[in-house]
Amino acid sequence: MTLLSIRQLGLSIGQKSILRDVSFDIEPGQIVAVTGESGSGKSMTAFSIMGLLPKSAAATGQVLLSDLDVLCLSEAQMCDLRGNDVGMVFQEPMTALNPVHTIGRQVAETIRLHRSVSRSEANQIAASTLERVGLPEDQFPPTRYPHELSGGQRQRVVIAMAIACRPRLLIADEPTTALDVTTQAKILDLLQQLVREDGMGLLMITHDLALVSGMADHIVVMREGEIVEQNQTDQLLANMQHPYTRMLFEASTHAVDLPATKATTPLLEVRNVTRAYALPRTNLFAAAGTFEAVRGVTFEIHEGERLGLVGESGCGKSTLTRSILGLEPIRDGSILLDSEPVFSDGKPNLDVRRKMQVVFQDPYGSFNPRHTVSRLITEPFHLLEDAPKGADRKQIIGEMLTAVGLSPEDAHKYPHQFSGGQRQRIAIARALTIRPKLVIFDEAVSALDVSVRAQILDLIADLCHQYGLTYLFISHDLNVVRTVTDRVLVMKAGQIVEQGDTEKVLSDPQHSYTRALIDAAPRMPDLDAYRKDAAQ
Amino acid sequence: MTRNLILGAMLSSLVVLAALLSFVWTPFDHTTLNIPAKLMPPNATNWLGTDQIGRDILSMIMVGARTSIAVAFVAVGIGIGLGVPLGLWAAANKGGWTDEIIMRGNDLIFAFPSLVIAILITAIFGAGAINAIIAIGIFNIPVFARVTRGGALSLWEREFILAARVAGKGKAHISIEHILPNIANLLIVQATIQFSLGILAEAALSYVGLGAQPPTPSWGRMLADAQTLVSLAPHMALVPGCAIIITVLGLNLLGDGLRDWFDPKLRVARV
Repeated sequence: MTLLSIRQLGLSIGQKSILRDVSFDIEPGQIVAVTGESGSGKSMTAFSIMGLLPKSAAATGQVLLSDLDVLCLSEAQMCDLRGNDVGMVFQEPMTALNPVHTIGRQVAETIRLHRSVSRSEANQIAASTLERVGLPEDQFPPTRYPHELSGGQRQRVVIAMAIACRPRLLIADEPTTALDVTTQAKILDLLQQLVREDGMGLLMITHDLALVSGMADHIVVMREGEIVEQNQTDQLLANMQHPYTRMLFEASTHAVDLPATKATTPLLEVRNVTRAYALPRTNLFAAAGTFEAVRGVTFEIHEGERLGLVGESGCGKSTLTRSILGLEPIRDGSILLDSEPVFSDGKPNLDVRRKMQVVFQDPYGSFNPRHTVSRLITEPFHLLEDAPKGADRKQIIGEMLTAVGLSPEDAHKYPHQFSGGQRQRIAIARALTIRPKLVIFDEAVSALDVSVRAQILDLIADLCHQYGLTYLFISHDLNVVRTVTDRVLVMKAGQIVEQGDTEKVLSDPQHSYTRALIDAAPRMPDLDAYRKDAAQ
Repeated sequence: MTRNLILGAMLSSLVVLAALLSFVWTPFDHTTLNIPAKLMPPNATNWLGTDQIGRDILSMIMVGARTSIAVAFVAVGIGIGLGVPLGLWAAANKGGWTDEIIMRGNDLIFAFPSLVIAILITAIFGAGAINAIIAIGIFNIPVFARVTRGGALSLWEREFILAARVAGKGKAHISIEHILPNIANLLIVQATIQFSLGILAEAALSYVGLGAQPPTPSWGRMLADAQTLVSLAPHMALVPGCAIIITVLGLNLLGDGLRDWFDPKLRVARV
């Protein structure tokens, strides 16, 4: 019998239509993935099933959970359903747990809400559920608080809360997007195992096509509130009907064409750099300890070279970036750009700083919302002694905007008038206005949708041809690093564990950590193989 | 536009208009005595009645609004003028010794009961509007310093501030160009609330005779004068009391309304 059947679901908030004619089924024990770019309505579909829509939303159609239409239920009936028949796992494990309650209590509470069991029985069930999700009592007692656990462990607690009452349907909304790749792999294994053991239906909402193809039985591709295509995974991969689906898959494996590098002199030299932070004193009389975020890092970037830096969160990537930019002092070692130190006499060296610029990750947070584009992209002119004025300035603004694929007329607009991808173009324009010798891309494409990401990567490659960029590209995404860099550094716990030519490191990793990273990263399916299988 | 904002703006502008109008016109001269018509309840000639020496209460309320607004306005000005730069400086040097000194100094001022110290200051340096302004103003400084520092600290973590630092801009430059415009809404809301507190404080000071001195009328002293006659002429206490309530209520509603209006999250919800 069909577990969940969505029939012609439509949704509108005020005049705005959010979902149109969405229909798909989930069978018990089946994994259905809904995928699409931001704004496609995939999360709203999940919220409709849970009855968690905003008050102003009006839904039409049917959401049948074993013949019970969820859209017609009262709030009280929905409360009974949530957590009991349908469990949900959210994206952000940091905010999905109550920080003042122990993990055991939070899981037990869900159980006591839906089952008439005593407190001690609930605690017992909670402990066994936590053990099922990989948090055994002897290592992770249920008396722990969320802040005592890592991100991955917290996500396990969230999953435990969702499955504690043995729901028939589990909804996971981007369950691993906030996690590192190695943790992601473990959480995905766990979800698959739970589906197998309990015969649950799993609805995965995710933007990651590699992940979708690797684990789903059935794929639903959405765009702007409509389903463009859905099919069994192997059939969909072998035979994509809709051009949008094909575009998504092509964009995910997008490779760019970089100009060849010439053997040149070193531009940036990082020698034995150590950056330490003071830790709070453990007691009044003890000396304050230190935490070494970056330990003895040594590398160099040659002129015209594109260097990648990969590592998981907390490995010291950001600290290293800030030290290179001269935003923070280092404890030991030296950072030289063009043979001059970036930080001297306790002050950043302005002569050196005008030779580098940075592009940040968040296209929304990296601009002052009150300034126009022309003012934003000319901010680095502050570093020049004779900054261009009047007509020259206007010409440079126009030239930079054209170079990044915008038009000179955009100079008078404000950042909120642009999409995320366009803002990232503006950020690149800002980094290039003073023609720096070195550009640092700090997770510059991580927050973008795949199709937009492909365009930005093309832009970077294009600018390499035009301006001969030298850059340090920091990312956690191996696929991206593979295509836009010549050489790569792998960083773990503040140290560089491996470095070498990108292709060589990624295809024949020497260090066990590099191997673990590569193995854990979801791989895009080999579409040709699927097509061949289907043909036979 | 919320109901709070509209109602608050209406009440506040009513008071401000009354004060402005008093410069060109009042029903009677507020210093003219008319002993035969003393303690008159509200009537056709004296719309809000007369006091124990026959002065027109409406005229006194209108002129008194001037005093209240002037004292509160300058006191808020002192708070913003000193508190905001201190808060910006503390946030720019977060964790440093200047931050510590500024914020602990704030805590020190907060530790004193403000009204008692204001009474002390005016008692020592003499009663009068100027000393009342200074006394109230000093206690506005730490309020604005804290609000500014809090707002600025979260902005310092944003990437556009990092971008400005990469562009070689110094702390003072960034504070003025990037931080201040982005916390202006916080400050406007806080200023509205401090303004209403200033009016209350001025009324309290003049109630104990330490505010503006006669013949300048002030709401607090009108209340004090009415105290002994409250059973004989209750309107003498009710009118200035209501004036204070309307002003403070209006400003608080205005502050609330402005906060909602400036909050982009709430604005999206309304659309």
